[in-house]
Amino acid sequence: MINVFGRSVGAPSNLTRLILLSALSVALMILDHRGHHLEKIRSGLNLLAYPIQLIASVPAYVGGSIGDFFTTRGTLRQDNEKLLAERQGLNAKVQQFDALEEENARLRRMLGSAAQVADKVLAAELVEVSSEPFTRKIVVAKGSRDGVYVGQSVIDAHGIMGQVTQVASQVSRVTLITDAGHAIPVLDNRSGLRMLVFGTGDPDTLKVPYLTSASDIKEGDLLVSSGMGGTFPPGYPVAQVRRIVNDPNEAFLAITAKPAAQLNHGKQVMLIWRGTPPKSGASAK
Amino acid sequence: MRLGLDAHRRLTLVATCTVAVILAIMPFPAWAEPFRPDWVGLVLIYWCLAMPERTSVGTGWLLGFLQDVLYGSLLGSNALGKTLLAFLTVRLHLQLRMFPRWQQAVSIFGLLIANQLLVLWIRGAIGQAPDTFIYWTPSVVGALLWPWLFVILRDLRRRGGLT
Repeated sequence: MINVFGRSVGAPSNLTRLILLSALSVALMILDHRGHHLEKIRSGLNLLAYPIQLIASVPAYVGGSIGDFFTTRGTLRQDNEKLLAERQGLNAKVQQFDALEEENARLRRMLGSAAQVADKVLAAELVEVSSEPFTRKIVVAKGSRDGVYVGQSVIDAHGIMGQVTQVASQVSRVTLITDAGHAIPVLDNRSGLRMLVFGTGDPDTLKVPYLTSASDIKEGDLLVSSGMGGTFPPGYPVAQVRRIVNDPNEAFLAITAKPAAQLNHGKQVMLIWRGTPPKSGASAK
Repeated sequence: MRLGLDAHRRLTLVATCTVAVILAIMPFPAWAEPFRPDWVGLVLIYWCLAMPERTSVGTGWLLGFLQDVLYGSLLGSNALGKTLLAFLTVRLHLQLRMFPRWQQAVSIFGLLIANQLLVLWIRGAIGQAPDTFIYWTPSVVGALLWPWLFVILRDLRRRGGLT
Protein backbone atom coordinates (compact mmCIF):
# COMPACT_ATOMS: atom_id res chain seq x y z
CA MET A 1 0.00 0.00 0.00
CA ILE A 2 2.72 2.41 0.97
CA ASN A 3 5.13 1.30 -1.71
CA VAL A 4 2.86 2.58 -4.42
CA PHE A 5 2.84 6.09 -3.12
CA GLY A 6 6.06 6.04 -1.09
CA ARG A 7 8.17 9.09 -1.79
CA SER A 8 11.36 8.54 -3.68
CA VAL A 9 13.69 10.78 -5.66
CA GLY A 10 11.84 12.52 -8.43
CA ALA A 11 8.39 11.56 -7.09
CA PRO A 12 5.71 14.29 -7.15
CA SER A 13 5.37 16.42 -4.03
CA ASN A 14 2.60 15.96 -1.49
CA LEU A 15 0.77 19.02 -2.77
CA THR A 16 0.79 17.73 -6.34
CA ARG A 17 -0.48 14.36 -5.19
CA LEU A 18 -3.16 16.06 -3.07
CA ILE A 19 -4.41 17.97 -6.10
CA LEU A 20 -4.34 14.88 -8.35
CA LEU A 21 -6.10 12.62 -5.85
CA SER A 22 -8.68 15.30 -5.03
CA ALA A 23 -9.47 15.66 -8.72
CA LEU A 24 -9.79 11.87 -8.96
CA SER A 25 -12.14 11.81 -5.94
CA VAL A 26 -14.32 14.58 -7.36
CA ALA A 27 -14.47 12.80 -10.72
CA LEU A 28 -15.51 9.57 -8.98
CA MET A 29 -18.20 11.38 -6.98
CA ILE A 30 -19.67 13.01 -10.08
CA LEU A 31 -19.67 9.72 -12.00
CA ASP A 32 -21.21 7.91 -9.04
CA HIS A 33 -23.89 10.49 -8.29
CA ARG A 34 -24.83 11.87 -11.70
CA GLY A 35 -24.78 9.04 -14.14
CA HIS A 36 -24.60 5.94 -11.96
CA HIS A 37 -21.83 4.85 -14.33
CA LEU A 38 -20.07 2.96 -11.60
CA GLU A 39 -22.66 0.23 -10.90
CA LYS A 40 -20.48 -2.52 -12.41
CA ILE A 41 -17.28 -1.32 -10.72
CA ARG A 42 -19.18 -0.90 -7.51
CA SER A 43 -20.53 -4.43 -7.41
CA GLY A 44 -17.03 -5.71 -8.18
CA LEU A 45 -15.60 -3.68 -5.31
CA ASN A 46 -18.37 -4.89 -3.03
CA LEU A 47 -17.35 -8.43 -3.84
CA LEU A 48 -13.81 -7.62 -2.66
CA ALA A 49 -15.19 -5.95 0.45
CA TYR A 50 -17.31 -8.96 1.35
CA PRO A 51 -14.56 -10.80 3.33
CA ILE A 52 -13.91 -7.68 5.44
CA GLN A 53 -17.63 -7.39 6.15
CA LEU A 54 -17.75 -11.06 7.16
CA ILE A 55 -14.82 -10.63 9.56
CA ALA A 56 -16.40 -7.52 11.07
CA SER A 57 -19.69 -9.33 11.63
CA VAL A 58 -18.07 -12.26 13.46
CA PRO A 59 -18.15 -10.78 17.02
CA ALA A 60 -21.85 -9.94 16.79
CA TYR A 61 -22.57 -13.37 15.33
CA VAL A 62 -20.58 -15.19 18.01
CA GLY A 63 -22.18 -13.05 20.72
CA GLY A 64 -25.61 -13.97 19.38
CA SER A 65 -24.74 -17.68 19.23
CA ILE A 66 -23.45 -17.69 22.81
CA GLY A 67 -26.64 -15.92 23.87
CA ASP A 68 -28.71 -18.56 22.07
CA PHE A 69 -26.74 -21.39 23.66
CA PHE A 70 -27.41 -20.15 27.18
CA THR A 71 -31.10 -19.51 26.64
CA THR A 72 -32.80 -21.22 29.55
CA ARG A 73 -35.49 -23.84 29.28
CA GLY A 74 -37.91 -21.46 30.98
CA THR A 75 -37.39 -18.77 28.35
CA LEU A 76 -37.85 -21.31 25.58
CA ARG A 77 -41.08 -22.56 27.12
CA GLN A 78 -42.34 -18.99 27.49
CA ASP A 79 -41.44 -18.23 23.89
CA ASN A 80 -43.15 -21.40 22.79
CA GLU A 81 -46.36 -20.53 24.62
CA LYS A 82 -46.30 -17.00 23.25
CA LEU A 83 -45.79 -18.25 19.70
CA LEU A 84 -48.58 -20.82 20.04
CA ALA A 85 -50.98 -18.13 21.27
CA GLU A 86 -49.88 -15.85 18.43
CA ARG A 87 -50.39 -18.63 15.90
CA GLN A 88 -53.90 -19.30 17.12
CA GLY A 89 -54.75 -15.64 16.78
CA LEU A 90 -53.29 -15.54 13.27
CA ASN A 91 -55.11 -18.74 12.28
CA ALA A 92 -58.39 -17.20 13.37
CA LYS A 93 -57.64 -14.18 11.20
CA VAL A 94 -56.64 -16.30 8.22
CA GLN A 95 -60.04 -18.03 8.24
CA GLN A 96 -61.62 -14.66 7.64
CA PHE A 97 -58.92 -13.70 5.19
CA ASP A 98 -59.78 -16.53 2.81
CA ALA A 99 -63.41 -15.50 2.73
CA LEU A 100 -62.50 -11.84 2.31
CA GLU A 101 -60.05 -12.56 -0.49
CA GLU A 102 -62.73 -14.53 -2.31
CA GLU A 103 -65.20 -11.70 -1.84
CA ASN A 104 -62.63 -9.13 -2.95
CA ALA A 105 -61.86 -11.08 -6.12
CA ARG A 106 -65.60 -11.38 -6.85
CA LEU A 107 -66.15 -7.65 -6.39
CA ARG A 108 -63.18 -6.83 -8.59
CA ARG A 109 -64.52 -9.13 -11.29
CA MET A 110 -67.81 -7.30 -11.11
CA LEU A 111 -65.97 -4.00 -11.49
CA GLY A 112 -63.93 -5.43 -14.34
CA SER A 113 -60.60 -4.47 -12.80
CA ALA A 114 -57.50 -6.61 -12.43
CA ALA A 115 -57.23 -8.73 -9.33
CA GLN A 116 -54.25 -8.19 -7.10
CA VAL A 117 -51.83 -11.04 -7.08
CA ALA A 118 -49.97 -12.03 -3.95
CA ASP A 119 -46.38 -10.80 -3.78
CA LYS A 120 -43.51 -13.25 -3.65
CA VAL A 121 -41.39 -12.95 -0.54
CA LEU A 122 -37.86 -14.14 0.32
CA ALA A 123 -36.40 -13.98 3.82
CA ALA A 124 -32.86 -12.58 4.09
CA GLU A 125 -30.41 -12.61 6.95
CA LEU A 126 -28.81 -9.32 8.02
CA VAL A 127 -25.02 -9.01 7.75
CA GLU A 128 -24.14 -7.31 11.00
CA VAL A 129 -22.07 -4.37 9.83
CA SER A 130 -22.54 -0.66 10.30
CA SER A 131 -22.88 1.79 7.45
CA GLU A 132 -21.55 5.33 7.25
CA PRO A 133 -22.28 7.23 10.49
CA PHE A 134 -25.63 9.04 10.46
CA THR A 135 -26.99 7.24 7.45
CA ARG A 136 -29.66 4.57 7.81
CA LYS A 137 -28.59 1.61 5.75
CA ILE A 138 -28.36 -2.12 6.35
CA VAL A 139 -26.62 -4.96 4.54
CA VAL A 140 -28.49 -8.19 3.81
CA ALA A 141 -26.99 -11.53 2.79
CA LYS A 142 -28.84 -11.89 -0.51
CA GLY A 143 -27.56 -10.52 -3.79
CA SER A 144 -27.96 -10.54 -7.53
CA ARG A 145 -27.52 -14.32 -7.70
CA ASP A 146 -30.75 -14.60 -5.67
CA GLY A 147 -32.48 -12.24 -8.07
CA VAL A 148 -32.29 -9.13 -5.89
CA TYR A 149 -32.51 -5.89 -7.89
CA VAL A 150 -32.01 -2.18 -7.22
CA GLY A 151 -35.27 -0.56 -6.14
CA GLN A 152 -36.70 -3.72 -4.61
CA SER A 153 -38.86 -3.24 -1.50
CA VAL A 154 -37.81 -4.66 1.84
CA ILE A 155 -40.30 -5.34 4.66
CA ASP A 156 -40.43 -6.95 8.07
CA ALA A 157 -43.40 -8.43 9.93
CA HIS A 158 -44.74 -4.96 10.77
CA GLY A 159 -44.29 -2.84 7.67
CA ILE A 160 -42.04 -1.43 4.99
CA MET A 161 -38.37 -1.07 5.97
CA GLY A 162 -36.84 0.45 2.85
CA GLN A 163 -35.51 -0.31 -0.60
CA VAL A 164 -32.46 -1.99 -2.09
CA THR A 165 -29.97 0.60 -3.36
CA GLN A 166 -26.86 -1.45 -4.16
CA VAL A 167 -26.50 -5.04 -5.26
CA ALA A 168 -23.43 -7.28 -5.32
CA SER A 169 -23.52 -10.98 -6.08
CA GLN A 170 -23.87 -12.19 -2.47
CA VAL A 171 -24.92 -9.11 -0.51
CA SER A 172 -26.97 -6.01 -1.09
CA ARG A 173 -27.40 -2.72 0.71
CA VAL A 174 -30.81 -1.48 1.78
CA THR A 175 -31.58 2.19 2.42
CA LEU A 176 -34.09 2.42 5.25
CA ILE A 177 -37.09 4.76 5.14
CA THR A 178 -35.52 6.73 8.03
CA ASP A 179 -32.43 7.68 5.96
CA ALA A 180 -32.16 11.44 5.43
CA GLY A 181 -32.15 10.98 1.65
CA HIS A 182 -35.23 8.76 1.44
CA ALA A 183 -38.87 9.52 0.61
CA ILE A 184 -41.83 7.18 0.15
CA PRO A 185 -45.33 7.93 -1.24
CA VAL A 186 -48.10 6.94 1.19
CA LEU A 187 -51.75 7.52 1.86
CA ASP A 188 -53.66 8.01 5.08
CA ASN A 189 -55.49 4.76 5.77
CA ARG A 190 -58.42 6.65 7.37
CA SER A 191 -58.97 9.57 5.02
CA GLY A 192 -57.22 8.42 1.85
CA LEU A 193 -55.12 11.61 1.78
CA ARG A 194 -51.97 11.18 -0.32
CA MET A 195 -48.60 12.45 0.91
CA LEU A 196 -44.86 11.82 1.00
CA VAL A 197 -43.01 10.55 4.06
CA PHE A 198 -39.36 11.59 4.39
CA GLY A 199 -36.59 10.11 6.53
CA THR A 200 -34.75 12.35 8.97
CA GLY A 201 -31.61 10.35 9.76
CA ASP A 202 -33.01 9.73 13.24
CA PRO A 203 -33.62 5.99 13.77
CA ASP A 204 -37.14 6.45 15.08
CA THR A 205 -38.55 9.54 13.35
CA LEU A 206 -40.08 10.27 9.96
CA LYS A 207 -41.43 13.61 8.80
CA VAL A 208 -44.40 14.49 6.63
CA PRO A 209 -43.89 17.92 5.04
CA TYR A 210 -46.04 19.95 2.61
CA LEU A 211 -49.43 19.43 4.29
CA THR A 212 -51.54 22.48 5.12
CA SER A 213 -53.72 22.87 8.19
CA ALA A 214 -56.77 22.08 6.04
CA SER A 215 -55.51 18.51 5.45
CA ASP A 216 -57.50 15.66 6.90
CA ILE A 217 -54.86 14.03 9.08
CA LYS A 218 -54.92 13.17 12.78
CA GLU A 219 -52.44 11.97 15.35
CA GLY A 220 -52.43 8.16 15.43
CA ASP A 221 -53.39 7.75 11.76
CA LEU A 222 -51.82 4.79 10.00
CA LEU A 223 -49.98 5.67 6.79
CA VAL A 224 -49.79 2.86 4.24
CA SER A 225 -47.79 2.75 1.00
CA SER A 226 -49.81 4.08 -1.92
CA GLY A 227 -47.88 2.32 -4.67
CA MET A 228 -47.49 5.58 -6.58
CA GLY A 229 -44.21 5.88 -8.41
CA GLY A 230 -44.11 2.13 -8.80
CA THR A 231 -41.22 1.41 -6.43
CA PHE A 232 -43.15 0.20 -3.40
CA PRO A 233 -46.12 -2.19 -3.50
CA PRO A 234 -49.37 -0.60 -2.29
CA GLY A 235 -51.09 -1.38 1.00
CA TYR A 236 -48.19 -2.08 3.35
CA PRO A 237 -47.99 -0.14 6.64
CA VAL A 238 -45.26 2.51 6.63
CA ALA A 239 -45.73 4.72 9.68
CA GLN A 240 -48.06 6.01 12.33
CA VAL A 241 -48.55 9.76 12.83
CA ARG A 242 -47.03 10.66 16.16
CA ARG A 243 -47.39 14.43 16.48
CA ILE A 244 -48.91 17.28 14.50
CA VAL A 245 -47.81 20.83 15.29
CA ASN A 246 -49.71 23.70 13.70
CA ASP A 247 -47.55 26.81 13.91
CA PRO A 248 -49.53 29.73 12.40
CA ASN A 249 -46.25 31.34 11.27
CA GLU A 250 -45.41 28.39 9.07
CA ALA A 251 -47.01 27.60 5.74
CA PHE A 252 -47.20 23.86 6.44
CA LEU A 253 -47.92 21.57 9.37
CA ALA A 254 -44.95 20.05 11.19
CA ILE A 255 -45.82 16.36 11.30
CA THR A 256 -43.65 13.60 12.73
CA ALA A 257 -44.40 9.91 12.38
CA LYS A 258 -43.06 6.67 13.80
CA PRO A 259 -41.99 3.89 11.43
CA ALA A 260 -44.29 0.85 11.52
CA ALA A 261 -41.44 -1.60 10.84
CA GLN A 262 -39.03 -2.41 13.63
CA LEU A 263 -35.98 -1.00 11.90
CA ASN A 264 -33.48 -1.55 14.71
CA HIS A 265 -34.53 -5.02 15.83
CA GLY A 266 -34.44 -8.48 14.42
CA LYS A 267 -31.95 -10.34 12.28
CA GLN A 268 -34.19 -11.08 9.33
CA VAL A 269 -35.87 -8.99 6.70
CA MET A 270 -38.06 -9.95 3.77
CA LEU A 271 -37.49 -9.01 0.13
CA ILE A 272 -40.60 -8.64 -2.01
CA TRP A 273 -41.08 -9.44 -5.68
CA ARG A 274 -44.23 -7.76 -6.89
CA GLY A 275 -46.93 -10.11 -8.04
CA THR A 276 -47.59 -9.16 -11.67
CA PRO A 277 -51.29 -8.51 -12.24
CA PRO A 278 -52.82 -10.19 -15.31
CA LYS A 279 -52.91 -8.04 -18.43
CA SER A 280 -56.68 -7.80 -18.84
CA GLY A 281 -59.23 -7.59 -16.06
CA ALA A 282 -61.37 -10.34 -17.60
CA SER A 283 -58.74 -13.02 -17.10
CA ALA A 284 -58.80 -12.67 -13.31
CA LYS A 285 -59.79 -15.89 -11.64
CA MET B 1 14.66 2.69 0.04
CA ARG B 2 11.45 1.14 -1.24
CA LEU B 3 12.90 -2.32 -1.34
CA GLY B 4 14.45 -1.87 2.11
CA LEU B 5 11.01 -1.93 3.66
CA ASP B 6 10.83 -5.54 4.76
CA ALA B 7 7.66 -7.59 5.07
CA HIS B 8 7.59 -7.42 8.85
CA ARG B 9 7.45 -3.64 8.94
CA ARG B 10 4.86 -3.45 6.24
CA LEU B 11 2.76 -5.99 8.12
CA THR B 12 2.49 -3.70 11.15
CA LEU B 13 1.23 -0.83 9.06
CA VAL B 14 -1.23 -2.93 7.06
CA ALA B 15 -2.45 -4.77 10.18
CA THR B 16 -3.22 -1.58 12.12
CA CYS B 17 -5.02 -0.09 9.12
CA THR B 18 -7.03 -3.29 8.63
CA VAL B 19 -8.04 -3.38 12.28
CA ALA B 20 -9.11 0.27 12.04
CA VAL B 21 -11.23 -0.44 8.97
CA ILE B 22 -12.88 -3.43 10.66
CA LEU B 23 -13.57 -1.38 13.80
CA ALA B 24 -15.18 1.25 11.57
CA ILE B 25 -17.86 -1.16 10.32
CA MET B 26 -18.17 -3.44 13.35
CA PRO B 27 -21.74 -3.32 14.64
CA PHE B 28 -22.39 -1.34 17.82
CA PRO B 29 -25.62 -1.19 19.79
CA ALA B 30 -27.76 1.62 18.35
CA TRP B 31 -27.28 3.97 21.32
CA ALA B 32 -23.47 3.72 21.09
CA GLU B 33 -23.35 4.30 17.34
CA PRO B 34 -22.81 8.12 17.52
CA PHE B 35 -19.87 7.65 19.90
CA ARG B 36 -17.85 5.54 17.50
CA PRO B 37 -14.65 7.48 16.80
CA ASP B 38 -13.22 7.70 13.28
CA TRP B 39 -10.75 4.83 13.79
CA VAL B 40 -9.45 5.00 10.24
CA GLY B 41 -8.80 8.74 10.55
CA LEU B 42 -6.99 8.34 13.88
CA VAL B 43 -4.72 5.54 12.67
CA LEU B 44 -4.01 7.47 9.48
CA ILE B 45 -3.02 10.55 11.51
CA TYR B 46 -0.71 8.43 13.64
CA TRP B 47 1.17 6.94 10.72
CA CYS B 48 1.41 10.30 8.98
CA LEU B 49 2.97 11.72 12.15
CA ALA B 50 5.29 8.77 12.72
CA MET B 51 6.58 8.32 9.19
CA PRO B 52 5.41 11.10 6.90
CA GLU B 53 7.92 10.06 4.25
CA ARG B 54 6.17 6.68 3.80
CA THR B 55 2.52 7.23 4.58
CA SER B 56 0.83 10.34 3.30
CA VAL B 57 -1.92 11.40 0.90
CA GLY B 58 -1.77 8.18 -1.16
CA THR B 59 -2.38 5.98 1.87
CA GLY B 60 -5.11 8.37 3.00
CA TRP B 61 -6.86 8.15 -0.34
CA LEU B 62 -6.72 4.34 -0.39
CA LEU B 63 -8.11 4.07 3.14
CA GLY B 64 -10.86 6.57 2.40
CA PHE B 65 -11.75 4.77 -0.81
CA LEU B 66 -11.95 1.46 1.04
CA GLN B 67 -14.23 3.14 3.59
CA ASP B 68 -16.48 4.40 0.80
CA VAL B 69 -16.79 0.89 -0.61
CA LEU B 70 -17.55 -0.64 2.79
CA TYR B 71 -19.98 2.10 3.81
CA GLY B 72 -21.75 2.19 0.47
CA SER B 73 -21.39 5.96 0.56
CA LEU B 74 -20.80 8.22 -2.44
CA LEU B 75 -17.62 6.85 -4.02
CA GLY B 76 -14.83 9.37 -3.42
CA SER B 77 -16.38 11.33 -0.54
CA ASN B 78 -14.45 9.75 2.30
CA ALA B 79 -11.46 9.34 0.00
CA LEU B 80 -11.32 13.11 -0.46
CA GLY B 81 -11.72 13.72 3.29
CA LYS B 82 -8.94 11.29 4.20
CA THR B 83 -6.63 12.70 1.51
CA LEU B 84 -7.02 16.16 3.00
CA LEU B 85 -6.56 14.77 6.52
CA ALA B 86 -3.29 13.06 5.52
CA PHE B 87 -2.04 16.14 3.71
CA LEU B 88 -2.69 18.45 6.68
CA THR B 89 -1.10 16.01 9.12
CA VAL B 90 2.06 15.61 7.03
CA ARG B 91 2.23 19.37 6.54
CA LEU B 92 2.01 19.96 10.31
CA HIS B 93 3.88 16.88 11.54
CA LEU B 94 6.95 18.76 12.84
CA GLN B 95 4.84 21.03 15.06
CA LEU B 96 2.48 18.23 16.14
CA ARG B 97 5.35 16.01 17.27
CA MET B 98 6.62 18.78 19.56
CA PHE B 99 3.33 19.38 21.32
CA PRO B 100 2.58 17.93 24.77
CA ARG B 101 0.05 15.10 24.55
CA TRP B 102 -3.05 17.14 25.50
CA GLN B 103 -2.21 19.91 23.06
CA GLN B 104 -1.69 17.27 20.41
CA ALA B 105 -5.17 15.93 21.17
CA VAL B 106 -6.65 19.40 20.66
CA SER B 107 -4.92 19.73 17.28
CA ILE B 108 -6.08 16.24 16.28
CA PHE B 109 -9.60 17.38 17.14
CA GLY B 110 -9.19 20.22 14.65
CA LEU B 111 -7.95 17.83 11.94
CA LEU B 112 -10.81 15.38 12.51
CA ILE B 113 -13.33 18.24 12.38
CA ALA B 114 -11.85 19.42 9.06
CA ASN B 115 -12.32 15.92 7.64
CA GLN B 116 -15.91 15.69 8.94
CA LEU B 117 -16.75 19.16 7.64
CA LEU B 118 -15.60 18.23 4.14
CA VAL B 119 -17.65 15.02 4.21
CA LEU B 120 -20.66 16.97 5.56
CA TRP B 121 -20.43 19.45 2.67
CA ILE B 122 -20.32 16.63 0.15
CA ARG B 123 -23.29 14.90 1.76
CA GLY B 124 -25.12 18.22 1.90
CA ALA B 125 -24.48 18.75 -1.81
CA ILE B 126 -26.27 15.47 -2.64
CA GLY B 127 -29.05 16.20 -0.11
CA GLN B 128 -28.20 13.62 2.52
CA ALA B 129 -26.84 15.78 5.32
CA PRO B 130 -27.80 14.78 8.87
CA ASP B 131 -29.29 17.81 10.64
CA THR B 132 -28.08 17.09 14.16
CA PHE B 133 -25.19 18.24 16.31
CA ILE B 134 -24.52 14.65 17.34
CA TYR B 135 -22.80 14.42 13.96
CA TRP B 136 -19.67 15.91 15.52
CA THR B 137 -19.34 13.53 18.49
CA PRO B 138 -16.98 11.09 16.69
CA SER B 139 -14.36 13.84 16.52
CA VAL B 140 -14.75 14.64 20.24
CA VAL B 141 -14.44 10.96 21.19
CA GLY B 142 -11.51 10.58 18.80
CA ALA B 143 -9.61 13.48 20.38
CA LEU B 144 -10.28 12.11 23.89
CA LEU B 145 -8.98 8.67 22.86
CA TRP B 146 -5.91 10.06 21.09
CA PRO B 147 -3.39 9.98 24.01
CA TRP B 148 -4.05 6.28 24.67
CA LEU B 149 -4.19 5.33 21.02
CA PHE B 150 -0.89 7.14 20.47
CA VAL B 151 0.85 5.05 23.15
CA ILE B 152 -0.59 1.77 21.85
CA LEU B 153 0.38 2.46 18.25
CA ARG B 154 3.85 3.69 19.24
CA ASP B 155 4.52 0.43 21.10
CA LEU B 156 3.25 -1.58 18.14
CA ARG B 157 5.45 0.42 15.79
CA ARG B 158 8.57 -0.15 17.92
CA ARG B 159 7.85 -3.83 18.20
CA GLY B 160 7.32 -3.97 14.45
CA GLY B 161 10.70 -2.33 13.94
CA LEU B 162 9.36 0.69 12.07
CA THR B 163 11.37 3.82 12.63
